[in-house]
Amino acid sequence: MTKTKNILLGHGSGGKLSHDLISELFVKYFQNEILSQQTDSALLSLSLKDIAFTTDAYVVDPLFFPGGNIGKLSVCGTINDLSVSGAVPKYISASFIIEEGFSIEELESIVKAMAEEAVKSGVLIVTGDTKVVNKGKCDKIFITTSGIGEIDEKYKSISSGTRIKTGDQIIINGSIGDHGIAILAARESLNFETPVLSDCASLNGIIRNILESGVNVKFMRDATRGGLATVLCEVSEKTNTGIELIETSIHVKEAVKGVCELFGFDPLYLANEGKFVIIVAAEDAEKTISILKNDFLGKESTIIGEIVTNHKGIVAMKTEIGGSRIVDMPAGEMLPRIC
Amino acid sequence: MKYIDEYRDEAVVTKIISQIKKSSKQDITLMEVCGGHTMAIQKFGIPSLLPDNIHLVSGPGCPVCVTDRKYIDKAIALCRIPKVIITTYGDLIRVPGSSSTLDIEKSKGSDIRIVYSTLDALDIAKKNPDKKIIFLGIGFETTTPASAAAIFKARKENSFNFFLLSAHKVMPPAMTALITEGVKINGYICPGHVSVITGAGIYKDIAAEFKLACVISGFEPVDILQSIYMLVNQIENKKYSVEIQYNRVVQPGGNKKARQLIQEVFEPRDDWWRGLGVIPKSGLSIRKKYEAFDANANFSIIVEETREPKGCICGEILKGLQKPFDCKLFGKSCTPSDPVGACMVSSEGSCAAFYKYHYK
Repeated sequence: MTKTKNILLGHGSGGKLSHDLISELFVKYFQNEILSQQTDSALLSLSLKDIAFTTDAYVVDPLFFPGGNIGKLSVCGTINDLSVSGAVPKYISASFIIEEGFSIEELESIVKAMAEEAVKSGVLIVTGDTKVVNKGKCDKIFITTSGIGEIDEKYKSISSGTRIKTGDQIIINGSIGDHGIAILAARESLNFETPVLSDCASLNGIIRNILESGVNVKFMRDATRGGLATVLCEVSEKTNTGIELIETSIHVKEAVKGVCELFGFDPLYLANEGKFVIIVAAEDAEKTISILKNDFLGKESTIIGEIVTNHKGIVAMKTEIGGSRIVDMPAGEMLPRIC
Repeated sequence: MKYIDEYRDEAVVTKIISQIKKSSKQDITLMEVCGGHTMAIQKFGIPSLLPDNIHLVSGPGCPVCVTDRKYIDKAIALCRIPKVIITTYGDLIRVPGSSSTLDIEKSKGSDIRIVYSTLDALDIAKKNPDKKIIFLGIGFETTTPASAAAIFKARKENSFNFFLLSAHKVMPPAMTALITEGVKINGYICPGHVSVITGAGIYKDIAAEFKLACVISGFEPVDILQSIYMLVNQIENKKYSVEIQYNRVVQPGGNKKARQLIQEVFEPRDDWWRGLGVIPKSGLSIRKKYEAFDANANFSIIVEETREPKGCICGEILKGLQKPFDCKLFGKSCTPSDPVGACMVSSEGSCAAFYKYHYK
């Protein structure tokens, strides 16, 4: 490994330092035959004719937070975007924009977390790029990952929700708001400690189990930025259907509730990184719940609402006191740089 | 969660609702004058549970909403001065001034920072001795003690690069002004947090002089509904007084120390309220003794001419005379992501609460 403990501009120059960084860090941890070729493009083979393709940039602040770091997040996020579309994630690319002076030790922890998450989820990080910018020109490190997954023809309507109809049940795989609160608490400027861990996790395994069980899945989406409320508002508006939620069936951890009360946040709008909304045919709802509950990532799954005929395009909620109100899209950023 | 769940218990709520239905015989209109109440009422869907003869209207209880547009223009002018850091509570940053917002100014390079406490702002002042730090002090009796404490501390610690631009206001004169202006209500759901500082005495004249029911309420659904029940009983029995529902927090005498601190640093002045105009002795300015920390006295700025938006009925809404849905701009050219009036910006504003939670 290079002798310096910090990233220098030279690490992004394409010369010797770059070469060493690639072979002694990225190739070492991401270990796979395709990447080891170090060709300009990764050469891939797929077994299905249809693919899903996605990309996401990660700028989370702080880089390390309870339950994960920017590296783990960047791999999980892309895996999840592919998985909720009904695809099986296969290959990932990763590009890094690093601020001059960034600690190589921290970079190594980040790369290691990416590698571990990739192995765990059975995906390969096959290509990448590294750029170093002058100090102050970016905030420590930004990562962009793109991913390719194979998708079976029969799952292609899942991401748009075109088959949603009245009576379909809405399910989520556990408590909401954990990631948002974990990030908030980790930020230095807020002197707040809470035991909440980010729920950052790859969902491809649990989603595969659902799809392979033959459950009639109408729609799936991960509830990341904008939270559960945003996903439901989007699907209600896009498919012109009404949604009726039951507040008491949406699980929020006590600590998350506490922080929300203090800061005036609504957990419905807080970011998650390991939660997805799944809409299934009514007759399959219980079966879906039991499959989800068999997985560590779905232990607290609940049915949170259903598709209704009235108030088309609007998400309504029966509040915990029995009243009713609408749930609207959030305006503006509640917490910036959460992913 | 303890101290929360008990106050959101559906069975208790149902019981209070049935008691309200039993006790109330006439049409009753109640006004809440605290943004926290406005938000809680809509968030929990309280209007959907009340009988048709109980009407809730929102008053001028959101500090951001009642703040003069000129104040925003002034803050914008200040943020453009080199080496000035503006510190503010979050809501204010998106409020439209006459031709810009603090948000826009921030994107152009002004140093504007959101803080959760005045002491955070003072801390920024200490860490940046070569800069001038201006805190935008808005709010009622609830936030004023914290502003007073920061100025008091700044003087004690010789932090002469800390300034406050005061738009602090006091609540009772506005509650009186509404009634003398002819707003027809039967009672006030009195603000809980304001009363923690002031105590219950400040509403006595309002109850006696105008024959209005007054109940100081907490912020959970059971609190609000119990307060409504207490108000209904006062009105039906024609016995008007000031009662404290929120007695787990509010003491009849309030917080004397906080009031002394306000008294030490601030003095009353006539002040302008959006929708209500100038109300005598309703605002607070910094006393001469603390002038060194008064942003008004220490910066020479040219503030653009204030222009009010056309068609916006924030003023009428703040008086409870019209509802957000009555506004032609509501939900069309005025939305939370692109607000025209202040009531749509603040998380405690009536328009924002209606937009976010209410069925049309």
